[in-house]
Amino acid sequence: MVNAIYGKKIGCTQVFNKNGNALYVTAIEAEPCIVIQVKDNEKDGYNALKVGFGKIKEKKATRPHEGEFVKNKVNLKKYLREIRVDKFDREYKPGDSLDLKIFKVGDKVKITGNSKGKGFAGVIKRHGFHRGKMSHGSHSHRIPGSVGMCATPSRIAKGKKMPGRMGGSKVTVPGSEIVDIIEDQNLVLVKGSVPGAKGSLVFLRKI
Amino acid sequence: MNKLDKIESKYLKTDIPEFSPGDKVRVKIKISEENKDRIQVFEGIVISIKGSGINKTFMVRKISFNSVGVERTFLLNSPVIQSIEKVNEGAVRRAKLYYLRDRIGKKSKIKSK
Repeated sequence: MVNAIYGKKIGCTQVFNKNGNALYVTAIEAEPCIVIQVKDNEKDGYNALKVGFGKIKEKKATRPHEGEFVKNKVNLKKYLREIRVDKFDREYKPGDSLDLKIFKVGDKVKITGNSKGKGFAGVIKRHGFHRGKMSHGSHSHRIPGSVGMCATPSRIAKGKKMPGRMGGSKVTVPGSEIVDIIEDQNLVLVKGSVPGAKGSLVFLRKI
Repeated sequence: MNKLDKIESKYLKTDIPEFSPGDKVRVKIKISEENKDRIQVFEGIVISIKGSGINKTFMVRKISFNSVGVERTFLLNSPVIQSIEKVNEGAVRRAKLYYLRDRIGKKSKIKSK
């Protein structure tokens, strides 16, 4: 069964549930994904759907990108992705669309996105280290502390947590609940935050 | 209207009476206990209104037993609020009436319009 879809992060807001609690939700716009190619176990070694998602101007598409769509006679889309499928529940053909009907309110979904880049970050922000004293003669404010010692081992252990580039990587939120689905606008509201900036591509998979 | 406003509009109430800081209001709150709901009334002076859209809140201050001041902040569009009733219109010159916290007795009274 196909239980996943691509979407675009719209932003965060607040809604009320039945008990009157205010919930922090993220809105994700999931316009129908268009099936471009069906991959099956016999021919390709695995089951998957190649799908297109999002709007793009025709002149912005590269030739190879456009070719994928022209070859299968479907409309041009911005992103080209594959959705792995365990077992097909029905037959798919190029031009079919996947929409939000696969989800219902109360489902849990895994959400994958590309997190916002934080630049070169120190160990406190990047790894959650504690900071030192800010006063009373302390000079060790936000530094990582001792890393290699003098005689033993007199080297830095591999994988030592250090400052460096943070963010801009693939992040998955394990289980977000679907709070509401607004079908006429292709919107789905999920509880909590979702990695990435507004307008970025996110992937939703039902657990 | 952007997409987020559209989502919020579904959750916004339409039957809220207009009131402003300084007004005395009677707020009926639904409290759900184990298996029954009951209504509690909180009556006091609106001392601030904050935010916009679904995030709009208002703060009500009342003088409780033993002249203890009690303040509660409500989300205006929350379904917990059953009704809001304006009791009295106050004549004030500020948007935030936090100065009432320092006043007791006759000085804490607000003239009505």
